Amino acid sequence: MENRIFNKEMECMPRKELEALQLERLKALVDYCEKNSEFYAKRLAAAGVTADKIKCLSDIEYIPYTTKDDLRDTYPFGMLSVPREKIVRIHASSGTTGNPTVVAYTREDMEHWTEQVARLAVAAGAHEGTTVQICFGYGMFTGALGLHYGLEKIGASVVPTSSGNTEKQLKFMRDFQTDAIVATPSYCMYLAEAAHSMSDKYPMSSYNLKYGILGSEGSTPEMRAEIEKHWGNGFFCTDNYGMSELNGPGMSGECLYRDGLHINEDHFLCEIIDSASGKVLERGSTGELVVTNLTKRGLPMLRYRTKDITNLNYEPCKCGRTSARMHKIIGRSDDMIKVRGVNVFPSQVESALIGFNEISPNYLLVLRREGYSDSMEVRVELIDGGLLENYGALVALQKRIHDNIKNILGIEIKVTLVEPNSIERFTGKAKRVLDLRNS
Amino acid sequence: MYIKQLSVFVENKSGRLAEITSIIANAGIDIRALSIADTTDFGILRLVVNKPDEAEQVLKAAGLTVSLTNVIAVGIPDRPGGFAETMTAIADKDVGVEYMYAFISRDSDRAYLIMRVIDNEKAISALQAHGCDILDGNSIYKL
Repeated sequence: MENRIFNKEMECMPRKELEALQLERLKALVDYCEKNSEFYAKRLAAAGVTADKIKCLSDIEYIPYTTKDDLRDTYPFGMLSVPREKIVRIHASSGTTGNPTVVAYTREDMEHWTEQVARLAVAAGAHEGTTVQICFGYGMFTGALGLHYGLEKIGASVVPTSSGNTEKQLKFMRDFQTDAIVATPSYCMYLAEAAHSMSDKYPMSSYNLKYGILGSEGSTPEMRAEIEKHWGNGFFCTDNYGMSELNGPGMSGECLYRDGLHINEDHFLCEIIDSASGKVLERGSTGELVVTNLTKRGLPMLRYRTKDITNLNYEPCKCGRTSARMHKIIGRSDDMIKVRGVNVFPSQVESALIGFNEISPNYLLVLRREGYSDSMEVRVELIDGGLLENYGALVALQKRIHDNIKNILGIEIKVTLVEPNSIERFTGKAKRVLDLRNS
Repeated sequence: MYIKQLSVFVENKSGRLAEITSIIANAGIDIRALSIADTTDFGILRLVVNKPDEAEQVLKAAGLTVSLTNVIAVGIPDRPGGFAETMTAIADKDVGVEYMYAFISRDSDRAYLIMRVIDNEKAISALQAHGCDILDGNSIYKL
């Protein structure tokens, strides 16, 4: 695949110039917030921060953090910084754990967002003439429309199939000879499984799928390899990252070298902090990602705590971009499970499972409290009928899975083999953890 | 010389055996013999049916993990010591048994064994030397 860059001027800008641009934009943002946002004006005044106090990028530390709770508490429009009539789009999160979080965009915000997505789409391999099927659910979720606008901007042919209706998805994929899909990693995998299950009627060679632009949930390199193997024919996928609070998809995405996600740093100023203390960590450290959206005006975001755990790499990339690259999300500061005092991320379990061809890529972690101690169980689906001749083979498989997870996590886990398709499939973000400890 | 046997992976959940065997029943397939062994979490259901290939197909279509393997069906005399003598005959030839299940027939003097052994050929020659009847698929499926 060809290494293309959508906006060379911005994406390959020398770092010194880039940092000067970030500083200039940060000052302008703080000034804008003081004058236009009731919410931020109060916060900034309480912290004693004004635009002229920002002399260098690290002065951002004077600005207080913004959290998801701030968005919830000000539901729906308490953080808006423009008159309502300037807003051209409103999105909201599902709000399963309280008030939904509302995000709103001015026309200029939409242009920036579209530009950000266009860059990641090109980095992922899309270009003019690429037929792309968007298998994200359309609606209040920012994923589908974000990718939709960005892909149209680069001249791709967008097919807005939305999520679900897998047979229809596959039919269009064959009939339109779709080149690329936008999906969550788990749905991309599910589609491949479904395509295989119908391969008597429609062989895998009837698909022209060349790459996957995956997002909305993380994937481990092992899971990605598995997805690519399932689709076959050189299928290649990249990850991208974003969240509705920061426009949606478009904050960062992988290039063809897949060595971290390139951040659109002219729009997003990133920091890594220690989740517990809130202290900014040194360059290269792993911790919680905090992002300031430098160009958003409808609903500005200053030092937003993403709760995502990652680290940043400022080394230049082989693709020619100078932007910092964030590591794939290692975990969520609030997804992190503590089991017997040990920090566990579901992604670690996932990477321990991949490579076992006897089981499907789906799994569920179940946590229980037995007496005063936690127990952890992982349920995996047995798909290899060849192991049914003797119990020894199944017990040996359980032991190999157990040992692999134990090596990675350092704690005991019970491995349970379950029937195929007995673990729920998700078209959106997969739920991998069932925590019964306090029930 | 061999008969086809289905092995089905079954989770240890109430009602699951009823659901799985209903799939076969709905396809009009008749069970000739079955055995299930279980651990605390899962079991392996082994079935000899009148139409093994069809049964494999419907179970797979229902999303189950299934395998179809060749096992040996042996007819032995139904009298005290009939089973023990047969086991002695194959033990003397060092044939290991993976698993086995038995049932008596409608004929009063015969019983049948379904056996999965490590070495099929060795087992068959030992059993034949002992005077056992090795049944082929058709005669078992029609029982």
